[in-house]
Amino acid sequence: MKATTKITAKAAVKPASKLTNKKPARPERCLDFKTVWNYKASPESAESAKLEKRYELFIDGKFVPPSDGAYFANFNPATEAKLCEVAEGSPADVDRAVKSARAAFEGVWAKLPAHERGKCLFRLARLIQERTSELAVTETLDTGKPIRESRAFELPLAANQFFYYAGWADKLGFAFPGRRPRPIGVVAGVISWNFPLLMAARKLAPALAAGNTVVLKPSKTAPLAALKLARLAEEAGFPPGVVNVVTGGKATGEALVAHEGVALVSFAGATETGKAIGKALAGTARRCALELGGKNAYLIFEDSAIDQAVDGIVDGVFLNQGPVLSASSRLYVQESIAKVVVRKLRDRLETLNVGDPLDKNTDVGALPTRELLQRVQAHVKAGLAEGVTSYQADQQVPKKGFFHAPVLFTDVAQSHRLTQEEVFGPVLAIQTFRTAEEAIEKANNTPSGMASGVWTDKGSRIFSIARQLKTGVVWANAYNKYDPTSPAGGCKESGLGRDGGLHGLASYVELN
Amino acid sequence: MTTSPPVDQLGIEERIARLGSRTIKKESKLEALKLALSMIDLTTLDSKDTPGKVRQLCAKAIRPYEAMPDLPSVAAVCVYPNLVRVAKKALQTMAPGCRINVAAVATAFPSGMSSLKFRLEETRWAVQEGADEIDMVISRGKFLAGEHEAVADEIRAVKEACGEAHLKVILETGELGTLDNVRLASDLAIDAGADFIKTSTGKIQPAATLPVTLVMLQAIRDHYYRTGKRVGMKPAGGIATAKLALQYLVVVKETLGQAWLQPDLFRFGASALANDILRQLVKERTGVYQSLDYFTKD
Repeated sequence: MKATTKITAKAAVKPASKLTNKKPARPERCLDFKTVWNYKASPESAESAKLEKRYELFIDGKFVPPSDGAYFANFNPATEAKLCEVAEGSPADVDRAVKSARAAFEGVWAKLPAHERGKCLFRLARLIQERTSELAVTETLDTGKPIRESRAFELPLAANQFFYYAGWADKLGFAFPGRRPRPIGVVAGVISWNFPLLMAARKLAPALAAGNTVVLKPSKTAPLAALKLARLAEEAGFPPGVVNVVTGGKATGEALVAHEGVALVSFAGATETGKAIGKALAGTARRCALELGGKNAYLIFEDSAIDQAVDGIVDGVFLNQGPVLSASSRLYVQESIAKVVVRKLRDRLETLNVGDPLDKNTDVGALPTRELLQRVQAHVKAGLAEGVTSYQADQQVPKKGFFHAPVLFTDVAQSHRLTQEEVFGPVLAIQTFRTAEEAIEKANNTPSGMASGVWTDKGSRIFSIARQLKTGVVWANAYNKYDPTSPAGGCKESGLGRDGGLHGLASYVELN
Repeated sequence: MTTSPPVDQLGIEERIARLGSRTIKKESKLEALKLALSMIDLTTLDSKDTPGKVRQLCAKAIRPYEAMPDLPSVAAVCVYPNLVRVAKKALQTMAPGCRINVAAVATAFPSGMSSLKFRLEETRWAVQEGADEIDMVISRGKFLAGEHEAVADEIRAVKEACGEAHLKVILETGELGTLDNVRLASDLAIDAGADFIKTSTGKIQPAATLPVTLVMLQAIRDHYYRTGKRVGMKPAGGIATAKLALQYLVVVKETLGQAWLQPDLFRFGASALANDILRQLVKERTGVYQSLDYFTKD
């Protein structure tokens, strides 16, 4: 990490004229996507989010002000306008939340008949479905992601997470044959800003179904979904203290991770933070489950359904503008079809609508913070300095707001920063390969191992390659297909434990 | 020998679902409705068709809705070969110099189950009668039996028989079974010289669908990438509502772009579609839906 940061600094001071960036000429037979007929802006109303001016902490079933009265401002990354104020939880608040969760765990939740716990989860799932519009608009305002993705991807997945684990609540005795699962106590859910609602659901649902209570610490960048979820949990009839939400920054998160009353830290986010959590918990009896990032590879073989493989990579790397733990930011294409794949990708880029995330026709929205935007910009600049060929669609991105148009890089080398470092932005690095062995070797040549994708029409090849890829998930002829019934998680530096399915439940129980 | 890339059906369906979520409202909708109207091959293919009915159809083709004279004409009228002359004359009399084409279905439409000799003869006759465009059917039996080269040879022969007339090749995708077959048949027809490829006769269910159309548009796109030649596309049968027609336009817009968003390269084979488009246009203008009784049934 440190060594590469130094290279950025160097690249940044290089005068622009010395950049060896080659702009490719437009191919001879070019499709023209600047059409006479266009979709007009069709924005969802921001009012549907029903945002309050100020959000408090949710502790012991009540919204309470932070003990030292501190609040931070929350912004809409697409307009840079202030949305609301959110409480900054102090270590004292964290302590209060963990104690309330502990009391609820010992006093109510673990003692409740299992089917009653299931009912609460089912009710919460239904409430999420009923408030889809409100929650989707909130997600989009808070994170900058397109409303289409909030509504069609994140919301249904979040609701299904609760539906699925609600079913396990009264069947825990059958989940692990021959063993008796018991809840472990207070779970700290520390989650990232890229899918705030989905991540909250992925941590809350299995933890609650197993009989644990939770203190959720959403990211400071996107805290609203968790707060809305807290209100829904209250409506769904969860006893006070079972679900707590403490908002705040790094200090709040550290206080929660360090708290002795927490039995398990379930974290989703940056690899560096995950490592720090692992270190903090080392030598204690407290556990962690980590869902971390990855520089994920996507392999396209020459016998693939090429057009669908191209759709798959576009969804794989540009979903959520790029910040997805499983984003397929490295593309390996078999040499014989590389030209046509790149040309098709370029044409697809032209048809992606970048802009107002609330517009129902927007494909790529805004990045959630200025820091991330600057990091992506620095990364792209460093990429150009490495002498690769870049391609960006010929379209305007809004001046205000943290927008970055999708970029493709070709002529990339395995040693380039573009291949090595997780960008968390809409940036795709393309390399070619000749043999399957070469593709597998390059795909595995990274410290991370979150997910990968294989495209080929040959069934036998799918199985042989999937066995050799060192990632937690391998998608065949598809990408970013999440389902609560199926476990997902990382190998190597991409994580510890699994989310989803029966495996996801295992992190949240003590087996004896 | 034509070879085609495989098609992933789930991927195609997903892409169609995604494109189906595009929102088209107000001016954008109005523009699209007019565009769709101008792309219609106004069709009557009943064995009980009469010269009178064809003349009525031609009147509608020229001026789809009396109360809105600013609307475009449709692209063509499509009839059986024995009514080509009637259609041609009606168009010339009612609107001298108009650019509305007359398309004739030929080659033992809709089954194609006749000898090649007769099918070529019929094609030549339809052209002599004045057809500007010929809609032929492929021999699905031969295609499904794996005689792909024979199918390609037949298309080549019909193309030659067409002379100056444009050739639309109907694949009858409802009988081809898989999207892989749709793709292969599209590539065969394009390589054999089709000016347009067309989904269906309208006599078989399923007729045109969005997934099939996307696969055919991708074949057209790959051909364009390879050769620079633009082949047209005509979904036909089952496109009865304006809403569905707009979804087709979205797929064309995001797959092939501007060049194909005009009647030279994209057509709807339809009969009921025109009235639904008119109804939507009137609604956009007046704010209320009219009874279908206000629109002529021709």
